[in-house]
Amino acid sequence: MRKVWLNGTALVLSALFIFPVYWMVSTSFKSNSQVLTKEPVFFFTPTFEHYSTATGVELFWTYVTNSVVVTVGAVLLALAVALAASYAIARLEFKGRRGMVIAVMMAQMAPWEILIIVVYLNARDAEMLNSLLTLTLIYFVMSLPFTIWTLRGFIAAVPKELEESAMLDGCNRRQAFLRVIFPLLGPGLMATSLFGFIAAWNEYAMVLVLNKSPDAATLPLWLTQFQTNFGNDWGATMAASTLVTIPVLIVFLLLQRRATGGLSAGAVKG
Amino acid sequence: MTVHIEEAPAPPPPVKGSRGPGEGRRPPRRRVPSGLVPYLLLAPAVFALLAVLGYALARNVLISFQEFGRRQLISRTTEWTGLDNYKAVLENERFWDSLVRTFFFMAANVVLIMVLGTLLGLLLNALGKKMRLVLAISLVAAWAMPVIPSTTVFRWLFDTQFGLANWVMRTLGFSGYDQHNWFGSGMSTLAIVTLLIVWTSVPFVALNLYAGLTTVSGEIWEAARCDGASSQRIFWSILMPIMRPFFMITTFLEIIWVFKAFAQIYAMNAGGPDRQSETLPVMAYVEGMGQNQYGMAAAISVLTLVILLIAMSFYFRLILKQEKENS
Repeated sequence: MRKVWLNGTALVLSALFIFPVYWMVSTSFKSNSQVLTKEPVFFFTPTFEHYSTATGVELFWTYVTNSVVVTVGAVLLALAVALAASYAIARLEFKGRRGMVIAVMMAQMAPWEILIIVVYLNARDAEMLNSLLTLTLIYFVMSLPFTIWTLRGFIAAVPKELEESAMLDGCNRRQAFLRVIFPLLGPGLMATSLFGFIAAWNEYAMVLVLNKSPDAATLPLWLTQFQTNFGNDWGATMAASTLVTIPVLIVFLLLQRRATGGLSAGAVKG
Repeated sequence: MTVHIEEAPAPPPPVKGSRGPGEGRRPPRRRVPSGLVPYLLLAPAVFALLAVLGYALARNVLISFQEFGRRQLISRTTEWTGLDNYKAVLENERFWDSLVRTFFFMAANVVLIMVLGTLLGLLLNALGKKMRLVLAISLVAAWAMPVIPSTTVFRWLFDTQFGLANWVMRTLGFSGYDQHNWFGSGMSTLAIVTLLIVWTSVPFVALNLYAGLTTVSGEIWEAARCDGASSQRIFWSILMPIMRPFFMITTFLEIIWVFKAFAQIYAMNAGGPDRQSETLPVMAYVEGMGQNQYGMAAAISVLTLVILLIAMSFYFRLILKQEKENS
């Protein structure tokens, strides 16, 4: 009896939690007369017309390109810079190490949403508004602390003995890093870059203040304006929402599978 | 990548004899004294953070002491006004309304997220394998939804003309939901934002709690059950103490996240109607970008930051304590 009750609750909750996602996707495949109706339609033959409306919008591919460029740029920059910093924090002894750890931790919680106005003023003074470079740099700095923090964990998880034995065999520190640690960091780099990807892909507040001009906008900014531009075309709006969501869903699936590392487990025999 | 960073800045020539033992016989290719290496590795990160984040924080404080409106924006002049912005903000009724609103909004969200998240986490733990997978998949789907698409979906669900919410209300037999405008008041708008934030945040708490629960040894449960403890008793006397760090850290994280929430509230209804759904971050944005009162906006943002810092200091203390215990 308890089992039935539990399963029933779980079923209802599953339906509730997935519902908005289902409603977004199903609306995007309905014809206009099935979307704009007082009595919602639950069974229908799917149509792709909203997807051609959404992707046919002027500048659509510019927004896609902008989003991809900014996101990938920020993630790669963050990985490069964070790799160096997190190696120092995880492996090297130096004065101010603990302070650095705390600073990174605090920077991770930086309330960027509250700083948008001053970031706008700074970018304006530097004449860097409506620029993809500015947005890339901001997203890079936004994801940097988290990237350092997680990579630090991954580097620390590589047994010190591996590095030491490489150095005994004649590698210097740099070679030991490049040949021993770096190859083992695959899952870590993957996981952190995917998180950085999601954060940058979804970001809204910064692009709202920084890149007002349409040809420098990203997908989230476009999506919020889609409704103002198209009024009640909810079918196309939901198609656009679905398109923005798909890459994130794919990344989530990748994270589930690949982020579970453990490559170096067993590399050092006791 | 690291190679570049190690080699790029020209280091001072090494002083002979300053090297550590064992390094003397190496070929003189590595010129960086080893004591400097950590700092060189950290330099790009520190520089980036200082130039963007540090500068923004500092200038935010400076601007809050300046008269900074449209005129100053165009003429690019600096006019110091001391505490005038703070005085104006603190005497502004709208600020206090917004402050109270932010607190209630935050409290409602965090309580709902923590209670529902905990219940769902316990449910996940109690379920069989198949049902657990079903529930976990729909939780992950809700969690994965990007902010702006999910806000857009909620606007569609609560659309005045064709929204599903009005249909549900009508079907349940409520009158007056033919063309009900869910965004007609600040209260109603924030209720919908609450629904949205709770929906996306509960999975985080539930899945993490479940992950934590799987590490609790099954023997503890069995022992408690043998001793005749009720489910409630097991939760409060066993689970709560074991999972205490998790609950504390997650609660403070949610407090910080909800308090500074911007995208959901602004994209939902731009702080409207008539600025009635403005929380502090949204108010700072509207004062700045909407009214061109950058000084005022900076003062609001500094005050918000101070409130956030209180919550953060608790959070950091918890995290540092855990770090210490782990190492």
